[in-house]
Amino acid sequence: MTNQASGRPVEVGQEIPAFTRETGFAVWNRYAAVNDEFVPIHMDDEAGRAAGYPSAFGMGNLQWSYLHNALRAWLGEEVSIVRLSCQFRGANTKGMTLTVSGTVSAVYEDESRRYADVDLAIRDQEGNTLTPATATVALS
Amino acid sequence: MPGTVISEAMRAAVGSELGRRVSYPVSESDIRRWALAVYWPEQPPRLFWDAAHAAGTRHGGIVAPEDFNPFAWMCAEVSMPRAATEVDGIDPDRTELLLGIPGPGLKFQLNGGLTVEYGERIRPGDVITSVNRLESYSERQGRLGLMLMTVTEDTWTRADGTLIKRTRTTLIRY
Repeated sequence: MTNQASGRPVEVGQEIPAFTRETGFAVWNRYAAVNDEFVPIHMDDEAGRAAGYPSAFGMGNLQWSYLHNALRAWLGEEVSIVRLSCQFRGANTKGMTLTVSGTVSAVYEDESRRYADVDLAIRDQEGNTLTPATATVALS
Repeated sequence: MPGTVISEAMRAAVGSELGRRVSYPVSESDIRRWALAVYWPEQPPRLFWDAAHAAGTRHGGIVAPEDFNPFAWMCAEVSMPRAATEVDGIDPDRTELLLGIPGPGLKFQLNGGLTVEYGERIRPGDVITSVNRLESYSERQGRLGLMLMTVTEDTWTRADGTLIKRTRTTLIRY
């Protein structure tokens, strides 16, 4: 499997294309509607402020989806995601620009398939890491 | 062990089932709406909504995004050791209270993250079963004092037993 955007073979050190989303009710409400996640901190600025943040903030689960989206944008819709892991370290409040970026850390194979490990992170527009993550994808 | 909040009852409970859910059959519409929401404002990949296109992929038809949740809104079956309504959903001792044992009594809790191993993809018509178990307890001294790490393992399978995914979630309490 090659990089969807460049057609280059996947190799160590390669950066994956950035996946970016603006945060706010337009995306949070849609996610709440499919995941039945109607929690006041995600719907109401007052509830967000009561929890110590400047506004309502988005779902960790939606950031989880964005990590998958970034891998598909890189290797195509048929990419086989073998493993994904993340930590939620910061809240995404209204008006942020979230960017998923990643770098290939290893390429290897077993008896049947080739794999790549990727170090990922979701950062805000200031470069603060909200969600570090690692993934393994199958390349063949 | 001095200073531990892991009781004998908690140690004995490791491996216990915390809950079991069975989904309704997944529909193409469920998958399509999920994909639209998580890709908004861009159009999601055609694999998730265009049956003719999806038929030509290695999947041979529409599949759900790996992050899709078939248990949102309502489940066909839910079973827990204790009725979920008996236990406060945000009580830091919820894990233990579901098992009918005293919890560690810590005041604060954080989602420490998750790790998922993926198997087969969810397809329209699938009925998914989730079995959630208490996998482990561990402790360490952190900046905020003694921290209790609780790992739960949620395994999703199809009706034929095929593995969809295995999720390990770490709850941090302090």
